[in-house]
Amino acid sequence: MRSAELLDRMKKAREMLAAAGTRVSVCMGSPCIAAGAEAVLRELRAMYGGQAIHVTGSGCMGPCGRGPLLRIDRNGEPTAFYEKMTPADACAAVGAYLDGNANGPGRLAPDFPFIARQTRVVLANCGTCDPESLESALAVGGWSALAQAIVHLTPEEVCAEVSASGLRGRGGAGFPTGLKWTTVAKAQGTQKYVICNADEGDPGAFMDRTLMESDPHRLLEGMAIAAYAVGAEVGFVYVRGEYPLAAARLRRAIAEAEQAGLLGRRILGRGFSLTIRVRIGAGAFVCGEETALMASIMGRRGQPVIRPPYPAQHGLWGRSTLINNVETYGCIAPLIRNGSAWFKAIGSPGNSGTKVFSISGDVDTVGVLEVALGTPLRHLVEMAGGVTGGTFKAAQTGGASGGCIPEGHLDTPVDYESLTALGSIMGSGGMIVMNDQRCMPDVARFFMNFCQDESCGKCAPCRAGTQQVSRLLERICGGDADLADLDRLEELCLLMRDASLCGLGMAAPNPVLGTLRWFREEYEAHIRGGRCPSNVCEREDSPCHGLP
Amino acid sequence: MPRLTLTIDGRAVRAGRGQTILQAARSHGIAIPTLCNLEGLTPLGGCRVCIVEVEGRPRPVPSCTTRAEQGMVVTTDSERLAAARRMIVELLLAERNHTCAVCVMNGNCELQTLATYLGIDHVRYGFISPLASVDISHERFGMDHNRCILCRRCVRVCNEIEGAHTWDVGGRGAASRIISDLAEPWGESATCTGCGKCVQACPTGALFEKGAVATRKGTICLERLVEWRKRGEP
Repeated sequence: MRSAELLDRMKKAREMLAAAGTRVSVCMGSPCIAAGAEAVLRELRAMYGGQAIHVTGSGCMGPCGRGPLLRIDRNGEPTAFYEKMTPADACAAVGAYLDGNANGPGRLAPDFPFIARQTRVVLANCGTCDPESLESALAVGGWSALAQAIVHLTPEEVCAEVSASGLRGRGGAGFPTGLKWTTVAKAQGTQKYVICNADEGDPGAFMDRTLMESDPHRLLEGMAIAAYAVGAEVGFVYVRGEYPLAAARLRRAIAEAEQAGLLGRRILGRGFSLTIRVRIGAGAFVCGEETALMASIMGRRGQPVIRPPYPAQHGLWGRSTLINNVETYGCIAPLIRNGSAWFKAIGSPGNSGTKVFSISGDVDTVGVLEVALGTPLRHLVEMAGGVTGGTFKAAQTGGASGGCIPEGHLDTPVDYESLTALGSIMGSGGMIVMNDQRCMPDVARFFMNFCQDESCGKCAPCRAGTQQVSRLLERICGGDADLADLDRLEELCLLMRDASLCGLGMAAPNPVLGTLRWFREEYEAHIRGGRCPSNVCEREDSPCHGLP
Repeated sequence: MPRLTLTIDGRAVRAGRGQTILQAARSHGIAIPTLCNLEGLTPLGGCRVCIVEVEGRPRPVPSCTTRAEQGMVVTTDSERLAAARRMIVELLLAERNHTCAVCVMNGNCELQTLATYLGIDHVRYGFISPLASVDISHERFGMDHNRCILCRRCVRVCNEIEGAHTWDVGGRGAASRIISDLAEPWGESATCTGCGKCVQACPTGALFEKGAVATRKGTICLERLVEWRKRGEP
């Protein structure tokens, strides 16, 4: 397919979408499927499929905790959202809507904050398009940025545009994406690779899954633009094994894109070729670390190696390799379409663009939301409907590698530097809100046990350190510790941060150091008073009790 | 051929391109304690005992894998480093079962020597003692996982020098075990040549020669062996 044909096909797809009139979409993301969305879609198709309205599956609409979600569009504009649908409710809701009755069962208020207050850039098409149809992606502008890039821009210009946008890696560390691309583009060697890191393993993180399940073409388009910019002809998407639906949809999207000439040899009739393959992880958190991820792709034991050399110089099979996170690639297409100035205008200085968060824990609405960088943490909690079961105590950002933000810092703008200053990290975007019933040493214990399980075992500080820190936290939670244990705990955490080989070990103590920083009195209460101020560890049946 | 200059512990030191900080320091008589490192094998950077401070870097780096750079300012000994090294060795001592009294390497063990060198007279952490297994299926050698510190010298020597690749690591984290072939008993290994280089390379008593006599280790100079190999000598 040449670019003129693509434009023609996109136009047709758009016209079809507009002609559909009333369109009913049922979210087919994995949380909604788990809640019974497939039955809802089946029933709606049986009831309304033959009529003038269009019933379709779609990607994630955001409030995953309220699934199955249903959305009704009129002339391409969303007009109504419905939550917690059963097949019967869904039919009744659509029937009521068609009769002009605004209040069908389960209808969300038009200004429902979780949906209304989002700034959707990366997730713009999630919930709008059918993730299993290329036509649907084309109708909402999918792949037009690739056409624009390879027809009108040189690879250098693409790199320059990404650099100018100020986009930073969304995987957690916030490295300038443009700089990474330029480094790989300038690296010697003919064979280069692009990799998408979709090994999203942090507890409480499900943003990348949402994008892959809801709009796989967006990710592939971003990778294709990156490959064009750096001069790579082979790409890999490394999807964690726990995401079978995401992998299946990616594979389907790749096959459809290849058939349409958007991937494969001589893309859009130009000299640029790219093959993208999906690789499935085998269940190791450490494979989210880029060197371990590459080892896993190459069929080796998934454990990190010392950097430098960085993947940009010495990556897959010794070649220069570009690795970005799912969300980073998700930013590329709108960035190229609308220009770097547009992208930079979103967010705050030094932190341009948006960030997708998966908010969970003690909040009213669990789900995926996208906001401009620099939005205060308080707004995120408000969008999720506020704290349930008590008052706000802390929010854990960055999962097991991050720290917690206490109530006093609720107005902190969520950006890379502000979170780092508070001893946490942006991380990939998992956010776990905790109410005042939560015991912080217990929270730290949970994350440390996670890191102990996930340590690869290569370096001693991480392998043995996580074991000892876990045991110390068990002692503290169990009420068997003394004050010297607290010093030992802190000392070990600092050692792990200083001396571990890779990011997993360096960041593993963050949840402990964070809770120690803001909630030290809780640790001391466990030790001195032998009691748990939140009544989590004190009870006989609590998970902390009676453990070695 | 020395082509760059760096400062190690206040001394100007010359080093060849591609040399590591550890190599540069040792060639000038500056001692840096190591554990997983063995000259002649690819450095691993796993034990982190050889960490040094480099000016301008936020955290210590392992000297065995970090290349010397022109103008680098390195500190090999400071209170912070000594404390970190002590803690790492204590962590290793507490991780499995290092009961020197019943160890064939008592008195010749690199871990024991290092602990003495670092002035460790007690361990501040709980002994985990995981009750790891012992494999004595091989006719001449034995493997006691309780004494293993996972330095992977055996893996590397078997892979890089003998070329048999009998050893590898199975499991992860605390459950990591050195395994022969596909986690089969050593005695049934189809690839093991019985050369004993792994036993020679092992810093502790994890790999030992069977029999009443104490295992003598370090009788092969791997560095020289690698040099001969490179020159194509038998």
